[in-house]
Amino acid sequence: MIQVEHLSKSFSGKPVLTDVSLEILEGETMAIIGRSGSGKSVLMKHIVGLLEPDAGRVLVDGTDINAVSYNELRRIRQQFGVLFQGGALFDSMNAFDNVAFPLRHFTRLSEAEIRDRVLHCLSMVQLPDVGPKKPSELSGGMQKRVALARAVALEPRYIIYDEPTSGLDPQTSNTINELIKNLAAELNVTSIVVSHDMHSVLVIADRAAFLYNGRIHWSGTIEEMHRSNDRELLDFVKASEYQIGPAAVRSSHTY
Amino acid sequence: MPDALTRFLQPIDAFGRYVLLMAHAFRSVGEFRSYRTNLVEQMVRIGIDSIPIVALAAAFSGAVTTVQTAYQLVSPFIPRSIIGSIVAPSMILELGAVVTGFILAGRVGARISAELGTMRVTEQIDALEVMGLNSVGYLILPRVIAGVLMFPALYVLACFVGIGGGMLVAELGGFLSVGEFVQGARDFFQPFDPVFGVIKSLVFGFLITSIACFKGYFTAGGAEGVGRSTTQAAVLSCVFILVADLVLAYTLL
Repeated sequence: MIQVEHLSKSFSGKPVLTDVSLEILEGETMAIIGRSGSGKSVLMKHIVGLLEPDAGRVLVDGTDINAVSYNELRRIRQQFGVLFQGGALFDSMNAFDNVAFPLRHFTRLSEAEIRDRVLHCLSMVQLPDVGPKKPSELSGGMQKRVALARAVALEPRYIIYDEPTSGLDPQTSNTINELIKNLAAELNVTSIVVSHDMHSVLVIADRAAFLYNGRIHWSGTIEEMHRSNDRELLDFVKASEYQIGPAAVRSSHTY
Repeated sequence: MPDALTRFLQPIDAFGRYVLLMAHAFRSVGEFRSYRTNLVEQMVRIGIDSIPIVALAAAFSGAVTTVQTAYQLVSPFIPRSIIGSIVAPSMILELGAVVTGFILAGRVGARISAELGTMRVTEQIDALEVMGLNSVGYLILPRVIAGVLMFPALYVLACFVGIGGGMLVAELGGFLSVGEFVQGARDFFQPFDPVFGVIKSLVFGFLITSIACFKGYFTAGGAEGVGRSTTQAAVLSCVFILVADLVLAYTLL
């Protein structure tokens, strides 16, 4: 379980997050939604300890990740898989070595076992043949899928997705959404999805937290979201309805 | 006024972060398993790959020093072997290390800083960190160690090639024979000179790689930021080479 308690953060005097509290339960998929610049990515970076809060704390399974030593933090981080916005594949290595990277560094598996595991992860994202290719030879969507394979290689307990569908065509987006759903179901991981793509959120998330002006303005289940009368939340969801069609949004829970 | 104060404190702040980064890097020295592959790769890229350009620059500086020394020594009362006595120590004391330093500031410093800067802005460094890897130990330490190990080797090479270039021009240009050159070089040889040169090259190797790593690691602001870091890394390395050169000469000679 991940708990964010009264977290505040400002950059050069400008507040980005103010008194944010959030709980992500074991096994659920939590979406953090909000407009660009609302502090979603900043919140996500606090959860894995890439940023230090000005006030408040982040607890992973009860441990305050900013109060432990760097080496302890690294051990906690090994339970996380993070899919970055641009994939963040190491461009000096081919796709296979990217996926193999965490296995080579954090396990004592033999090369043959690593090979099996990498091919399994690449097949899971439906890219079994891209191993020898460099990231620059792959399309944006393929890079993200390879990055997802890398994020799950060590079978993490938590997977964080930073804008998993941004900049992708609708079909690739759907593929990614399916993958996220399947991973949550098959591996029973706890997922955090940072996104402004409501279409994707409605398909994959159990609960959502809406960041507005650096605060959690609204949070609840997707069902509750459909019934909510909150002005700002409705504005945000409606803007998405306009983009993707009302029918899709309304019928999304039947996906 | 706070603005002026901030600007005044900026270099101090940067120096503080630089020292902390290097301390972090050297604390990770024990995690050899995580950076050994990188170390070998960096030694090849910093050392072996730099041999042609360093050798070229050294040969030319040795040759030019020879020609110009010959040009300045016109008196018939001065033996021609003096040219060797001037060119060889110049190479060993100053040119071998400084010419190599300037070339590597551009070649190695800019590359390291652009590479790490790109990794920073494309979140590859964040990706390393959240996997649970120590990104400073994994990326910075092998580069700095490779610089400190390979730089003295390149310096020694530069000295040999530079003095060789001087001899060649002396002989072919008809200034003095190789025998006279070697005689002159031997007459005034001080055993401490090459030791001093090796110390200098160790310091230069550390400065160039560590400054480039610092600038690259803390890059912000996309492609423009990478460009800025790269330029600053090359310029700062050159400035600090000059400063360190004077400080070392003053304290050790």
